[in-house]
Amino acid sequence: MSATLLAVQTLNGLQLGILLFLIAAGLTLVFGVMDFINLAHGVQYMLGAYLAVAAYALTGSFWGALVLALIGALGLGLLLELLVFRHLYDRDHLDQVLATFGVIMFLNEGVKVVWGAAPLSLPMPDLLSGSIVLMDGLLYPVYRIALIGAGLGVALLLYVLVSRTRAGMLVRAGATNPAMVGALGVNIRRLFMLVFGFGTMLAGFAGILAAPILVVEPGMGDNLLILAFVVIVIGGIGSIRGAFLAALIVGLVDTLGRGFATDIAKMVLSPSAANDVGPAIASMLIYVLMAGVLFFRPTGLFPARSG
Amino acid sequence: MKRKMTAALAAVALGVSSLAAEAESLKIGFLATLSGPPAVLGIQMRDGFLLGVKEAGDKLGGLDTEVLVVDDELKPDGALTKVRGLLERDKVDMMAGVVFSNVMMAVYKPIVGSETIFVGANAGPSPIAGKACSPYFFTTSYQNDQNHEAMGKHAEDAGYKRMIVMAPNYQAGKDSIAGFKRHFKGEIVDEIYTKLGQLDFSSELTKIAAAKPDAVFVFMPGGMGVNLVKQYAQAGLAGNVPFLSAFTVDETTLPATQDTAVGLLAGAQWAPDLDNAANKAFVASFEAEYGYAPSLYAAQGYDAARLIDGALKKAGGKGDKAALMAALKDAPFESVRGDFSFNTNHFPIQDVYVVKAVKREDGKYVTQTVEKVFDDKIDAYVGECRMK
Repeated sequence: MSATLLAVQTLNGLQLGILLFLIAAGLTLVFGVMDFINLAHGVQYMLGAYLAVAAYALTGSFWGALVLALIGALGLGLLLELLVFRHLYDRDHLDQVLATFGVIMFLNEGVKVVWGAAPLSLPMPDLLSGSIVLMDGLLYPVYRIALIGAGLGVALLLYVLVSRTRAGMLVRAGATNPAMVGALGVNIRRLFMLVFGFGTMLAGFAGILAAPILVVEPGMGDNLLILAFVVIVIGGIGSIRGAFLAALIVGLVDTLGRGFATDIAKMVLSPSAANDVGPAIASMLIYVLMAGVLFFRPTGLFPARSG
Repeated sequence: MKRKMTAALAAVALGVSSLAAEAESLKIGFLATLSGPPAVLGIQMRDGFLLGVKEAGDKLGGLDTEVLVVDDELKPDGALTKVRGLLERDKVDMMAGVVFSNVMMAVYKPIVGSETIFVGANAGPSPIAGKACSPYFFTTSYQNDQNHEAMGKHAEDAGYKRMIVMAPNYQAGKDSIAGFKRHFKGEIVDEIYTKLGQLDFSSELTKIAAAKPDAVFVFMPGGMGVNLVKQYAQAGLAGNVPFLSAFTVDETTLPATQDTAVGLLAGAQWAPDLDNAANKAFVASFEAEYGYAPSLYAAQGYDAARLIDGALKKAGGKGDKAALMAALKDAPFESVRGDFSFNTNHFPIQDVYVVKAVKREDGKYVTQTVEKVFDDKIDAYVGECRMK
């Protein structure tokens, strides 16, 4: 277990963490600010990826696809808000879970009807298609470094938006006491719609960025949605800062676990037993972590609301 | 008077023919995974089967054929309920299909237990080939280990000494590695088991790069395989460490992996370029009908329909079940893989190949045979089957 190997695995973990953050950011924003459980966040991530593939076929350029797919994701998100989600804000969480679960099934089948069930892919942009040598025999795509940059950029943008702008202030106020903000003459519905649209766009953005390295297929968001929920629960629901740190922690724990759990198990167990135990432990680690965090800090690491 | 007579005769004739049609029709329950990420496998298998039915003029063995296609959603318990419905409510004459081994294990006993003829078109788990074999079950696919065994043999023949093997951490993954090891005698440097449905393989690829094996063998079906193949190329491993696989690089994943998969090797019992008349006709009419390139799943589905067609013709209908089963056992059809016969456990005795992903002249990505690894391969479990 050399230092280089550890360093490379740490970088891999950070990169997975950033990808998780891109998805979890929108989820925690909508959940935290609007108190709305949106299980359909994962399919909005999927839609972003599919729209990018479709837009790429139209424009032939990754950047054109990025812009068009972002607009498309926003449009579809707002349409869903108008048709479905708007009617759920005042209902309890179980109703929201049921209805948004229905949206998942509808859209997973929908993309299959439109694009077929076979996995699709989006080529990397030429500008970012190079790679650097990390260690002997292993290249690291520049695109993955750009992904880390984009994730950090989104984190910074969100920080500035939420804590430094008037809109961000209204959002925070609306989250604490929507009735009072409404009484002060702010259109709370429109505010929520903006937040929701932004959250949708973040999910779509994550889908577009993930498309060149991950597969584009129906149901691609479902697995990530579970991980994103783990992230926001660890980080504290509604907290962007919490989501950011928790995403990095989850990414690191998961990657390092996969990288080293079997080797560590081999120190105490026979190789064949280690091959059984190692992967099992590796896939449990983040859930054990979540359980631990919930035990000691039931509201997560950085609760958005105290009390 | 005369006119009345004619009308009466016509009525009688009509009545008779509709009665005859009722007796001489065939109802097949076709179970496949058609939703969720692995749906593409089930869709290929179904399209292949339905093409076989269509080419027989919707009359397999001359009987009006109705195919009831049912989605098992990759849920063994749900599949069981649906199969009971097909057997008891719809009273199907035969069952066919099934993509995944866990679904197969759930529905196998109830189907063969009800003495319904069951023609499998993909999953071939070891118990069904061995101890739990049944005279009612036939499969046009393979025993699950076969394609992995072919890769193990290929690795051994190629002289690889140090290999890393990788598969998802579930039963089929473990079986795959066991199958690979059966003919590979070199050193396995590391066995990597990943989470089922894993998306990002950077951690595993780093391990591979650090260990510098002579080659890797992977079993990563569906979307996992697409992710792995893309990331394998992006990590710069594709040119340096040979990539052997089974059920990872085929026509279901190639549309997504495209150039990143070209040149990668896989074990398969079928490829679109197998040189026989039945295969040429199949590939051409499949692409004309559906507009995409068939994979081995489609070929197996097609062979299942043709097997049923041929056996019904040979047995003279579905009336005598014993005769029909004997006819099925003889495999009276031209398989798209050429050489094809059933062993005593009703699993195929067939050739297994190393295939390679290539880009065809028309821009489609397909597999192409490189070499034949096994001639008339017999599966490893036939000895445990009590049928002789």
